[in-house]
Amino acid sequence: MLKLEHISKTYRVGAFGGGRLQAVDDVTFDVEPGEVISLIGESGSGKTTIGRMILRLSPITTGRITFDGTDVSSLRRSHLKEYYRHVQGVFQDPFSSCNPIFKADRIFALIKHEFFPEVSAQEWRHRVAAALESVSLNPADVLGKYPHQLSGGQLQRLLIARALLLDIKILVADEIISMLDASTRIDVLNLLGDLKKRGLGIIFITHDLSLGNYISDRTVILRHGSIVEMGATEKVFGNPQHEYTQMLLASVPQLHSKWAEFERAAHVATV
Amino acid sequence: MSSSSSRLPGTLDPIASQPAAPVPEAAPARPQMSGFREMVHFAFGNRKLVFGLAVTLAMLLFAIIGPFLAHHPALEYGGKLSLAPTTKGGYWFGTTLLGQDVFAQFATGLRLAFIVGALGGGIASIVGMLVGFTAGYRSGIVDEVLNMLTNVVLVIPTFAVLLVIAAYLKVRGIMTESLFIGLTSWPWAARALRAQTFSLVSRDFVDMARLSGRKSWQIIFKEIAPNMSSYLFMMFILLFGGSILIAATLDFIGLGPSNTISLGMMMQLSVQNAALQLHLWWWFLPPGLAIMAIVGSLYVMNVGLDEVFNPKLRSL
Amino acid sequence: MSLTVDDLKVYYRTLAGDVQALDGVTFTIADGEIMGLAGESGCGKSTLGNSLIRLDTRARHVGGHVTLDGEELPIGDNEAMNEFRFKRVSIVPQYAMSALNPTRKIGRMIDELLHSRGVQYDTVLPELSRRLDLVGLSDDVLGLYPIELSGGMKQRVVMVVSTLLDPSLLIADEVTSALDVSTQKAVAETLIGFRDRGFVKSMIVITHDLSILYQIADTILVMYAGKLAEKASAETIVNAPQHPYTKLLISSLPEVGVRYADKQLVGIAGRPPALLNPPSGCRFAARCPLATTKCAEEPPFVEIAPNHTVACWEVGPC
Repeated sequence: MLKLEHISKTYRVGAFGGGRLQAVDDVTFDVEPGEVISLIGESGSGKTTIGRMILRLSPITTGRITFDGTDVSSLRRSHLKEYYRHVQGVFQDPFSSCNPIFKADRIFALIKHEFFPEVSAQEWRHRVAAALESVSLNPADVLGKYPHQLSGGQLQRLLIARALLLDIKILVADEIISMLDASTRIDVLNLLGDLKKRGLGIIFITHDLSLGNYISDRTVILRHGSIVEMGATEKVFGNPQHEYTQMLLASVPQLHSKWAEFERAAHVATV
Repeated sequence: MSSSSSRLPGTLDPIASQPAAPVPEAAPARPQMSGFREMVHFAFGNRKLVFGLAVTLAMLLFAIIGPFLAHHPALEYGGKLSLAPTTKGGYWFGTTLLGQDVFAQFATGLRLAFIVGALGGGIASIVGMLVGFTAGYRSGIVDEVLNMLTNVVLVIPTFAVLLVIAAYLKVRGIMTESLFIGLTSWPWAARALRAQTFSLVSRDFVDMARLSGRKSWQIIFKEIAPNMSSYLFMMFILLFGGSILIAATLDFIGLGPSNTISLGMMMQLSVQNAALQLHLWWWFLPPGLAIMAIVGSLYVMNVGLDEVFNPKLRSL
Repeated sequence: MSLTVDDLKVYYRTLAGDVQALDGVTFTIADGEIMGLAGESGCGKSTLGNSLIRLDTRARHVGGHVTLDGEELPIGDNEAMNEFRFKRVSIVPQYAMSALNPTRKIGRMIDELLHSRGVQYDTVLPELSRRLDLVGLSDDVLGLYPIELSGGMKQRVVMVVSTLLDPSLLIADEVTSALDVSTQKAVAETLIGFRDRGFVKSMIVITHDLSILYQIADTILVMYAGKLAEKASAETIVNAPQHPYTKLLISSLPEVGVRYADKQLVGIAGRPPALLNPPSGCRFAARCPLATTKCAEEPPFVEIAPNHTVACWEVGPC
């Protein structure tokens, strides 16, 4: 459905634009309906840049992105708007994603104004209520409120509901969990799993391996802009081939086992 | 006590330099609608704001009805020469060395001051907004070009340019003066707005608006500008006051409108005619005090507004 | 060393009233113990950490006592605490690595800091070099500006500087949050290294990340809405928690190996109460599956087993 072919992104840096920074280097993968693919990497790995390129918020330096066969790499204006009917994004900071001086549900009004101007107000209210219910939000709790009156979790769900009002096929979720409290994270994550079952393709960008492991079908490990390992999640996590992946997995703090060195140190101490 | 100094542009020498913008701290992004009542409550409790607003409105009222109360036309040479303020003949502020009614001149000049402030400040605000928003939103080559333009206008020797213009125009009206002031005092506003826009553009809601299919100018005026509304308001007030001051200075050195009388021109004429030595205090004191009062009260009002809009500056 | 905190209350002044951020906490830390302080945002853990060193001027010390090594800490008095800061109690504040003065080289910054405490830079330099070496940084770092260092390097520099005068107690506030996974591990190992080498006697590590605490902390103290929920050894908290909040929290954390398709984890519905007018009684009652009418009265923080304290009516001593 969505194909990235040899995507690269180069920034010009330095005093007169002489230097080059390769943020993304020859990335190729595809996303099918009803699957969650995780882009996992540390800071500087290019994962957010890839997400932005898919959403056409950053221009692509070289390579091609095709959606359902159409090349979307250089769409403009009305064609781009058509693309946005099918591909949307949710970002890391829910409070930055909503304009703080307007009420939170203005994001729905914007969608109606741009994509569904012919729909009647009453019909739109039904659709909004249905979308809110599908993300487990009570319309009475969240409509008519300002962003600072809602919690991060509620806002993220609101933003997902906004994407659902369009008939999207792909959702780019860029670190949408990291700013939420631990107890609400898993609920938003489960929501993604639910959406996946309904046929949505989700690109889940994160630095947190346990989240990626929990929710995704396929995993892409990125480092300095290139893919180092890619495959089914069980294989990548269960039997990592690349040493970078192995290093990452060894560094993740686990809840029921200590880091290898600590086990050894503890063992030595008791001997 | 505001931690930032909101100095008006052109306090001492507007011709030689536009000061590095000591702009008031913009309010953090907080919803002004829901906190509206809180804000109004603070507004009326803020002494600086109330005082500044009161003085400005009083002067405005005077400017509107003053000319209707004058008994004699401002430029008419009818009265007795160098008359001290008296109620006889309606010369409440006395007359000039040449027998003109000071009160009439004062009232006309006050009205002109407000017009120049509104026009000059308005033009500068609009140009500053257009340049600042575009440079901040677009960045890249557009930003560089606009930056260069801003810097060029900033360092133009406005005095020299004005002299040249004055030499070519047979008649200079208040419109010309306002236009000139407006077109030369926008750079600091453009700079400040560019910086503000820069910081807002990186916020995710701008990306969200793009994902909703909004075009660039829609995003600038419907998403970004409303976020800065308090900042824009205060900026306009500063430009307003600054225009009045620049106009007064220009008038004082003789480059003012050639077909009417203004406060600065009154001061110029009084100095030329040695009013100080002749103890004709009623000629130069009213215009001087009026300029001081308007500009000063606008400044005080702005400091007060800063505290009202920015909760961080309020004392608990 | 030992730290005793007795019924500490710290409120924040706001226009709308007092936010009861910390509402009566009592616990002790033994010599050589690394205690993890865990909880979600707004639970009061940062307030607790900061109040022990008295850094935030908006906070008000409303009640309670803190005793360090038998001596009472004057946490209500900013001037008096100056004697203790950096020498007896030290802190690595949140966002410390972003707060380094960009116009000062690292060495100059340390010089000024020591000068303010009446310590000569030259006398400390050999030890400083040694410690930088221990955390994997070379002496060259002293001649660099903060912008020339990576996030992990800055964090390690800040940690070395904070422990330079061998304080009894180190408070580490979210020192691993903004770092990559591999750097996180290095920084966490550094913390343990400090304790093992005797640079600090005891530590309070504040973080929302329970898995890091499991790796490095001896005991974990879980806070909720300004009150203590549970304190026990790290093993117990993770493997056999008793407080319903702790239990729900642990079970909602995804781990490598747990997959959505196999086992769906569940979060905790609802939100923590606002601390402006906190509810009376147990503050977790509104979200607790075990709540009864008894929970309208606040449960005391009692010891149900050796070194295991819980604040819950439903959990009795075993």
